[in-house]
Amino acid sequence: MIATKVVLIALALFTLLCSSCSRVKPWVKPYERQHIADPIMSFSRDPVSDAYLSHVHDAREGAKGADGGSGGGCGCN
Amino acid sequence: MVVQEAAVVVINAGGLILLRMRILIAACLAVVWLPVFAAVLPDERVDILEHQYEGGGIKVSGPSVLVRKNIGTKVSVSANYYVDMVSSASIDVLASASRYSEERKQQSVGVDYMFDRTSFSLGYTNSDENDYQAKTYSLGVSQTFFGDLTTLNFGFSFGQDVVGRNIKGVPDPSFQLDKDRRSYRFNLSQIVTKNLIAELSVESGTEACIDMKEGETCLNNPYRSYSYLLNGARALLPEKYPLTHNTDAVSLRAIYHLPYSASIRADYRSFSDSWGITASNAELRYIHDFKKDLLLELKYRVYSQTEADFYSDLFPYKDAQNFMARDKELSPFSSKTVGVGLTYKFPWVIPGIEKSTANLYWDHMQIDYEDFRDYANFSGTKAPDASYKVGEEPLYNLNADVIRFYVSFWF
Repeated sequence: MIATKVVLIALALFTLLCSSCSRVKPWVKPYERQHIADPIMSFSRDPVSDAYLSHVHDAREGAKGADGGSGGGCGCN
Repeated sequence: MVVQEAAVVVINAGGLILLRMRILIAACLAVVWLPVFAAVLPDERVDILEHQYEGGGIKVSGPSVLVRKNIGTKVSVSANYYVDMVSSASIDVLASASRYSEERKQQSVGVDYMFDRTSFSLGYTNSDENDYQAKTYSLGVSQTFFGDLTTLNFGFSFGQDVVGRNIKGVPDPSFQLDKDRRSYRFNLSQIVTKNLIAELSVESGTEACIDMKEGETCLNNPYRSYSYLLNGARALLPEKYPLTHNTDAVSLRAIYHLPYSASIRADYRSFSDSWGITASNAELRYIHDFKKDLLLELKYRVYSQTEADFYSDLFPYKDAQNFMARDKELSPFSSKTVGVGLTYKFPWVIPGIEKSTANLYWDHMQIDYEDFRDYANFSGTKAPDASYKVGEEPLYNLNADVIRFYVSFWF
């Protein structure tokens, strides 16, 4: 738990440092993002549906959390 | 006499399954409101979903409606209304109480504010049922970097729950336990190539009982009992849990666009907690887009976990340990899930609506418990077989079907 918090704090500091990294040029150009913008490339096309399914799993499993952008784990049912 | 004591306490098992839900509401909602890539506001949309879970003697169904709307170019607001209607005669319920029906209603609101490449999110959720109330407050911040190829997201949520208990369906005013929940999240999304996106998530959570009296615990289900050996038979007494629970989870997922109109997605998560459970799950999904109006999704998921330090299907005697549980979600087990789903994009144009879809998804779960025994043949139709020795009864397993049907409208 403590180790995880240390990692989170370190990542927060990394984020602040990254504000000076704007000179890094995007290696995937905006005009090359046709596939990336495709809905089938979304981690959560339909948040209400994904949240419900996370919810089903969390209610029956000991594990929870870190479900990312798909919405994670209110475990009903 | 001991068994009678347990029977008085364990009168109604309403909340047996739902208990685990409020523990996690914070994690769910704060993240749902956050867009994966923060440089744009989330889509304006309405989703109307009807859900159903059926398996293991439990049927849960109800609606969920999500509305998200922009205010100007920098603010997005959302609201969700969710209902669970539960009818339960699960093995846990039958072991210590009678079947029950109940309803849980949940309301959530959220707001996102976008400033350049930064997005701030606030959320509030209220969940209410007759023996459990939960309030959750959440906040988050997202920032994109490197031409929006990288998105960092931090989130925090705080929850306050009141755990109650019903006796013969009536709330017991003398039983009210307070619980606090906290969750800290980090999420890194990265566009790796023009066909590949990866995401790393880390989440730590804690839940703790507040101002407990001697012998009280708030993290277990107040209706559930542990089982111990008494004169060659099983006897039941209320479970005893620790007063705190810390969890850590790390996940990695990636999604790759295939050379044709399809993508493949892989997820992996590792989990551990202060109760001794370690777990992992992995999932593969294939998504095929047929001519942009019909989308097919196939998936396969596996999950496994070890037991909690204080779990046992049958303790050797009364008060064998300071903490004792017989919650099958704390037992060792593995599960497999297969899923298939279709999304159909309506061809017609409705004034004011940019796109509309109808969606039907079905998941079938099979859970095999490795140390949770069906000691009275609750899952079957026959009477229990007396030839089994106590503690050597058949292991329990269940199959469940999860159906989601919803329509979505984008504005």
